[in-house]
Amino acid sequence: MVPTTNETFAVTMPSDREVVMTRLFDAPRELVFKAYTDPECIPHWWGPRLLTTVIEKQELWPGGGWRFAQTDPEGSVYGFHGEYREVVPPSRVVSTFEFEGAPGHVLVETVTFEEEDGKTRLTSHALFANPEDRNGMMEADMVSGAREGLDRLAELLETLA
Amino acid sequence: MSDDRLSVVFAALADPTRRAILGRLAEGEATVTELASPFDISLPAISKHLKVLQRAGLIEQGRQAQWRPCRLQAGPLREAADWVEQYRRFWEQSFDRLDEYLHELQRKEQEDGPDHK
Repeated sequence: MVPTTNETFAVTMPSDREVVMTRLFDAPRELVFKAYTDPECIPHWWGPRLLTTVIEKQELWPGGGWRFAQTDPEGSVYGFHGEYREVVPPSRVVSTFEFEGAPGHVLVETVTFEEEDGKTRLTSHALFANPEDRNGMMEADMVSGAREGLDRLAELLETLA
Repeated sequence: MSDDRLSVVFAALADPTRRAILGRLAEGEATVTELASPFDISLPAISKHLKVLQRAGLIEQGRQAQWRPCRLQAGPLREAADWVEQYRRFWEQSFDRLDEYLHELQRKEQEDGPDHK
């Protein structure tokens, strides 16, 4: 397990096919669920700030499809799509996720929303088809690891402790 | 580093004893006996952990028969850290934005009163 944490955000890898992220939000569960699933809300937060997200399709019911398109400042478009498997407001969404730049590598994402002292804990559990998919996931926008030296190592080892 | 290699590195990092060994080696090279001393486990057990770390390319061991200090190999560990960092960055940014957006929504709800969304 390789966790990295700050006060409210954590990433863990419980197995070589899974990545789990949690984040605590200071808002009621219904609102977090709405912001997470409403097509008008998603472009406000999905992905890095530099990219513009357009919701091209969103059928929020079991068996329904979704497709998001992101455009970067140079005009390149990145497509993502999948299918909803479970939609249980305001507590749970299960869907598949496929980056069109790497077709055929489909992961299943389970997102849960839990109340916690008036706040909402969002947990995203990604299950990859195999370890290679998990490792390849972020290659599409790999920024070259410019930072050299042992400080990164020290940081990593601290988070591993 | 190939994806397979990265999997081997993550598997090696999945064990708390091996992470503690890497933590010790981040401070400088050490012998097997020195590495074993903080743990309540046998030398052969430590040697097994060291073999896993070695196969993952995370450490190298000197050749001298008696004094075989282990040393950290920075490359694979850094690449594993980079992977986690990429993934984390994408989602941390999204979640930060979602957090801001939720504040905005709540502010609007308050301004508009309870009858409007």
